[in-house]
Amino acid sequence: MLDFLSSSWPWYVTGPLLGLMVPLLLIVGNKQFGVSSSLQHLCAAALPLKAAYFKYDWKAQAWNLALIGGVIVGAAIAVSLLDGAAAPALSQSARELFASWGVASIDALQPAELFSLQHLFSTRSLVALLFGGFLVGFGARYAGGCTSGHAVMGLSLLSVGSLVAVIGFFIGGLLVSHLLVPIVMAL
Amino acid sequence: MKLLKFFLIGVYFGVVLIKGEVVSWFRIQEMFHFRSFYMYGVLGSAVVVGVISVALIRALKIRSRDGSEIKLAGKPFNKVGNLTGGIIFGFGWALTGACPGPLYALLGAGYWAILLAIAGALAGTIAYGYLKPHLPH
Repeated sequence: MLDFLSSSWPWYVTGPLLGLMVPLLLIVGNKQFGVSSSLQHLCAAALPLKAAYFKYDWKAQAWNLALIGGVIVGAAIAVSLLDGAAAPALSQSARELFASWGVASIDALQPAELFSLQHLFSTRSLVALLFGGFLVGFGARYAGGCTSGHAVMGLSLLSVGSLVAVIGFFIGGLLVSHLLVPIVMAL
Repeated sequence: MKLLKFFLIGVYFGVVLIKGEVVSWFRIQEMFHFRSFYMYGVLGSAVVVGVISVALIRALKIRSRDGSEIKLAGKPFNKVGNLTGGIIFGFGWALTGACPGPLYALLGAGYWAILLAIAGALAGTIAYGYLKPHLPH
């Protein structure tokens, strides 16, 4: 079992296990799967913000914060016990693409060009991670959900708004991944 | 103790995010450049399992563990907000190579640089919170 869990998972294992988040949360707690609302709850809980958006009883949504606490611990377990930081088996054409962007550290879960601490305050990291993170937070809350809440939960409910949001995710992602990411990685 | 079950589901989710390589910047760029089927297979089969689960809950009138009726209403449809917010989110998803679940998972996995992206995401949330009354939705 541990050997199997530690090996590289094919998509038809990962995808269904991810999809099971939907019935798990519905049946165990009558909650709809979603992650990005936790950003709002964290702000409401920790910061003295005056906007109406942060004036609500965040404790009623504490389950969502418990969920992300679990994600942090689960990820630590996956990396330390299940060989979770192993390099993905990328396609040859993807490897050639990343090489053409000057990304040398292909044999890892994440590129050292972005994630090694020596590059932490490089222009590249500030644009990709700090500014990119800003867009993730702003966009997810504007859209009312992220990949979990819209792409997995919302599409499972056949919700039109979620389909529109997911189309937006891919319009934005395709544009930036093709036009901006190669430039940012060369910074 | 009420929260423990959600914490444990989160642990499961964290393992799946890491082992499924959904957290990998490489996997996200590979997806947006159509260089592999992997992420499309992951997202597609996740949605298939979700759709079937919801259909079964509806058809069999399955109740939540506490006996309550399971709420299956989708989020409200905001034409402008869903699309504009979605596109902005997509910009960020491609730039960081991470969506919100992976932000937390990468923290747990010890990729400390992700704290930059988490700080950015919180700042983006605060900015949205203040701008919300002035934005079209």
